[in-house]
Amino acid sequence: MIAASFEYDAPSTLEDAIGLLRQYGDGAKILSGGHSLLPMMKFRFASPERLIDINGIPGLSYVKEEGGLLKIGALTREAEIEHSELLKKKFPIFGDVTKLIADPQVRNRGTIGGNLAHGDSANDHPAVMLALRATVIATGSGGQRSIPIDDFFTGIFTTALDHAEILTEIQIPIPPKGTGSTYHKLERKVGDYATAGVAVQLTINDKSICTAIGIGLTNVNPTPLRAERSEKWLLNKQLTDENIAAAAKMASEDCSPSEDLRGSEEYKRAMVAVLMKRMIKKAIERANN
Amino acid sequence: MNKQITLTVNGAQHKMEVEPRTLLVHLIRETLNLTGTHIGCDTTTCGACTILMDGKSVKSCTILAVQANGKSIITIEGVSTEGAMNPLQEGFKENHGLHCGFCTPGMIMRATELLADNPNPTEEEIRWGISGNLCRCTGYNNIVKAILYASAKMRGVPTASTEPEFV
Repeated sequence: MIAASFEYDAPSTLEDAIGLLRQYGDGAKILSGGHSLLPMMKFRFASPERLIDINGIPGLSYVKEEGGLLKIGALTREAEIEHSELLKKKFPIFGDVTKLIADPQVRNRGTIGGNLAHGDSANDHPAVMLALRATVIATGSGGQRSIPIDDFFTGIFTTALDHAEILTEIQIPIPPKGTGSTYHKLERKVGDYATAGVAVQLTINDKSICTAIGIGLTNVNPTPLRAERSEKWLLNKQLTDENIAAAAKMASEDCSPSEDLRGSEEYKRAMVAVLMKRMIKKAIERANN
Repeated sequence: MNKQITLTVNGAQHKMEVEPRTLLVHLIRETLNLTGTHIGCDTTTCGACTILMDGKSVKSCTILAVQANGKSIITIEGVSTEGAMNPLQEGFKENHGLHCGFCTPGMIMRATELLADNPNPTEEEIRWGISGNLCRCTGYNNIVKAILYASAKMRGVPTASTEPEFV
């Protein structure tokens, strides 16, 4: 399959890339890993007039800790996240999520920034970012601005990014001791999009009270969804089986999955509850270690 | 507008003009006539078009030829030296790692990076490592054995051919 014709630019600086976005407006699309965009173009679901390839721009690929924040460059490949020693040690949730994203070859190309900027609730990083309460850094001609993840996903395949802005960094607060995080998705086969997926990060104190919690859901809503009612229910409570089951039920009620090849609406709601119970228990285990 | 690109394929440098929408797999197969790289699904699923780009295994049906500008590409035609099979090719031959052979080039290119990253993988790591490559003959058991054979051979451990396993 061949995409419709387009013009191609490969700027070597962020300024040039932003300049091209400003010049060509909505007809231009950023090409990052390309593993969502190029398949859409081959199917002609998308026909941008111009691709602006940011792969040659230096300085957008890194994983580092700085000023109490974990900072991930938007062009960091999924494979680099999967094998990052820093993330393995401090954020095992990234190991959980990356190994479930597509397959090794796709992870050699796909980037975390592209995964978020695509605005697809079937992608896996959005739920994780909701759980970790991330902030997205967007760079435009006027400089940088911070977008809290809760304001980032505005609709189906739509984000808060302006057409002349580029997602350049993801920032995640380093959580206190006693924090555990994890992600899992139910998939029909390796590399599939989620039937349902749940990301959890929680903190428990020495009295076994949950002092912070973030829960994100994958592919059970038009946009990536924070399980807000479940979070509120569990906050400042002991994470007993009863409390966890009640929270899981709330999330299964609050999401809006649609029936498709991966299952009925009822099945997906049930799987949200099952996965949430498992993920909360696994996060507690990690918090205790 | 066409773009001028320079790339190295199996050690040979090529300079050419490409239309931006040309896929890398089409450049490899149709312009360079290296038809060992296969197109199976054309949707980033099957892995038959896997090649190495700067040492990383990638699916060439989902990369634009212009994106290979300045890169070094290795295809299945570039893995052997002077007509002698490399350990992976030998492993596939000795362990009946191919039935129809369609997935084999992609399997070998993927396994090349897998063994470069992890010279002594477990069976589970191999199965996980080739999860982006489909074999429609379902010959996975023998493919895994072939990769284990290559791993042993490359580490200087004695290897043995196995009886074919058809499940």
